[in-house]
Amino acid sequence: MKVGILYSRIRAEEKRIFQALEQRGVEFDLLDDARLIFDISGGNGYNRRFDPYDVIIERCISHGRALYSLRMLNDRGIATVNTAQVADICGNKLQTTSALAAAGIPTPRTLVAYTPESALEAMESLGYPVVLKPAVGSWGRLLSKVNDREAAEAILEHKQVLGTYHHSIFYIQEYIPKPQRDIRAFVVGGETICAIYRRSDHWITNTARGGQASVCPVTPELDALCVRAARAVGGGAVAIDLLEDPERGLLVNEVNYTMEFRNSIEPTGVDIPGRIVDFALRVAREGWAAANGWEREAERPVGRVTLAGE
Amino acid sequence: MSLETISATVECPECFGQVELVEVMQHEIVQCPECGVDLEVVDIDPVRLELAPEEEEDWGE
Repeated sequence: MKVGILYSRIRAEEKRIFQALEQRGVEFDLLDDARLIFDISGGNGYNRRFDPYDVIIERCISHGRALYSLRMLNDRGIATVNTAQVADICGNKLQTTSALAAAGIPTPRTLVAYTPESALEAMESLGYPVVLKPAVGSWGRLLSKVNDREAAEAILEHKQVLGTYHHSIFYIQEYIPKPQRDIRAFVVGGETICAIYRRSDHWITNTARGGQASVCPVTPELDALCVRAARAVGGGAVAIDLLEDPERGLLVNEVNYTMEFRNSIEPTGVDIPGRIVDFALRVAREGWAAANGWEREAERPVGRVTLAGE
Repeated sequence: MSLETISATVECPECFGQVELVEVMQHEIVQCPECGVDLEVVDIDPVRLELAPEEEEDWGE
């Protein structure tokens, strides 16, 4: 068994994954994404480059590098954790919400618009405050809580003038009055292995932004919802962010596919890197479906989305 | 592969403060305790630190 680790920077998470591989006596190589050159033009050169690996664990810090690398590897039959499909969906909030909603997973109400005018109309129809997010981004970066129409007009103008084209895809969510915390649950191979609360006085609760982690019990309700959410985005080893709505209960907000876990091991007592490595080894031995506990390689569940006016 | 690590005390390239490295790997990210800047261990033989790359728009988890 030989494992490749595709990485950008060696952080606490990557070191713990290396240690987990060493503890299991698994041979592995580090693949620095800054140095790789992919020959995708055909022939056998590309395949041979990655032939030695039974599975490659992706730990890129850049969504673009992760997604393209996984796509090129999967297209050539190289097993990866996670897959390009999972990265494609989870690396984009719009695609994540669409996949979750199509699978019947409760999410915050979300509207998408392509022009400042239609975005303003969408915000007005949701009612303030609303949350405006870039479709691609992480660590709470560039999230905006918009409290009234004047703020909406200002931020839409800023995005139009200063942003790249990505910022003209307006992803607009209702603001959930959560109890100064959210939940992050870790699903690996079709099992919710642990969860934390992330508490903050600020409405953005990411631990990357100072949110404090404490253990959250994995109730049967939380487990069932998270396992369904993971499956809706293609399975794998993912971190699911949930909000507690006072009236509707748990809502799935986001799913992260190259998850950070340094702040979650101590409060939960769960060996998250060990579980990721064990999952990757199972993917290498038995394939993606079996490692996820599925009977066969399933298509992503497709549900019926109710259109406005129906 | 085995993980090559090194322990050493080196100078921060930003503030010239002392950064104590304990069993760090090449390409590991550390923080200067004096100025707080993120540093990348670009080499371990000999040890060399550089400012870590600035965060980009699609970075994250």
